[in-house]
Amino acid sequence: MTKIRLATIWLDGCSGCHMSFLDMDERLIELAPYFDLVYSPYVDAKEFPKEVDLSIVEGAVSSDHDLEMIKKIRANSKTILALGDCAVTGNVSALKNLYGTDAVLQRGYFELADINKNKRYPSQIVPKLLDKVIPLHEAVKIDYFLPGCPTPADAVYETIKALIEGREINVNELTRFGK
Amino acid sequence: MIKQKVRVKTFKIDDITVTGQSDQTVLEVAREHNIYIPTLCYLEGLSCVGSCRMCLVEIKGCRELAPACTSKIKEGMEVVTTSPDIQAHRNMILSMLFSERTHTCSVCVVNGNCELQDKTVELGLEHSLVPYLEQRFEIDASHKNFVHDPNRCILCTRCVRVCDEIEGAHALDLVDRGINTRIIHDMDEPWADSQSCTSCGKCVYVCPTGALYEKDISTEEKLKKTDIILNLIKSRKKDD
Repeated sequence: MTKIRLATIWLDGCSGCHMSFLDMDERLIELAPYFDLVYSPYVDAKEFPKEVDLSIVEGAVSSDHDLEMIKKIRANSKTILALGDCAVTGNVSALKNLYGTDAVLQRGYFELADINKNKRYPSQIVPKLLDKVIPLHEAVKIDYFLPGCPTPADAVYETIKALIEGREINVNELTRFGK
Repeated sequence: MIKQKVRVKTFKIDDITVTGQSDQTVLEVAREHNIYIPTLCYLEGLSCVGSCRMCLVEIKGCRELAPACTSKIKEGMEVVTTSPDIQAHRNMILSMLFSERTHTCSVCVVNGNCELQDKTVELGLEHSLVPYLEQRFEIDASHKNFVHDPNRCILCTRCVRVCDEIEGAHALDLVDRGINTRIIHDMDEPWADSQSCTSCGKCVYVCPTGALYEKDISTEEKLKKTDIILNLIKSRKKDD
């Protein structure tokens, strides 16, 4: 049996969907023989590898770094699964769009800041925010969508199992927007 | 006014022969014969406006799809309620409803108790097919019991109709056009200042989304009571 090369990543999300991934509990052991985890917040890999079979992406595209990452993921992955409402709809991350990036930065870095004497928004190291937070499929082609905030562990398990076994499932029976 | 005679009409829905009265709509006859057509703005007991277009059906001979809730039945007509084309239209309509306003389900008070959210499960929509427009409206929380959040409104006008047709107050109406259309109280005044609102809460109970909700209530508590309309109509008939 050839193991699939699996990557997981979170962009602009709260990591709740990754917690759901861990929440599969003993079923992780059941799934473990089927994949090699080549990139993930769970492991210490610095660079996104090439020739990944399945990339599970949590979170929306919010900064120039997120955009760069999702393009890199697309270029190096056979299949991408958008995991959770932020990846699928923008969700809480995209609430910022109602006020605009400038207003949010103003609030975060100036109005609520105790220490920022120079009154400057960091321009180095911290990624630059895009004008608008977008769901993954507005940036690159996404193969599978799994909504939920966070996506329930059962839905994550059933979907990964179906993808490994190469069969179709109806994700709407397992999860939905918001729940 | 001369009243038109009501006649019995026979026609087909999904190749099933059905009969109805000439003043009935395709949706009403379909429901009587247990043929399911998805709806969102429709609510039994209120007038039909066909604003959400969820109930689009194919009527043979018609070039475009027609909303079943406002299409009157005709003798010999042939109606198709599901096809790949109809499904595609319904999914696109649902996507547009989601993209027009900000329906962030995870932080909505009716999460799990929302008809718009239910429709995604029913129609199998996993993601929006069109980009989100992300426009923002001011929330009106002036009323002592209720909140109006236009950001979650799908403009189904159930609230407008229930206030006019059942409560008889007509405190609500629509203002502006297209994407900027909003539900307003009286002459676009804060809800608390509305002279005609009786604070009966019917608009809140029939709202399919989190656009109208009760204050100080959690997502676990049942917020919506859509059956209130039929119960009221029934008990009023008894009183007559």
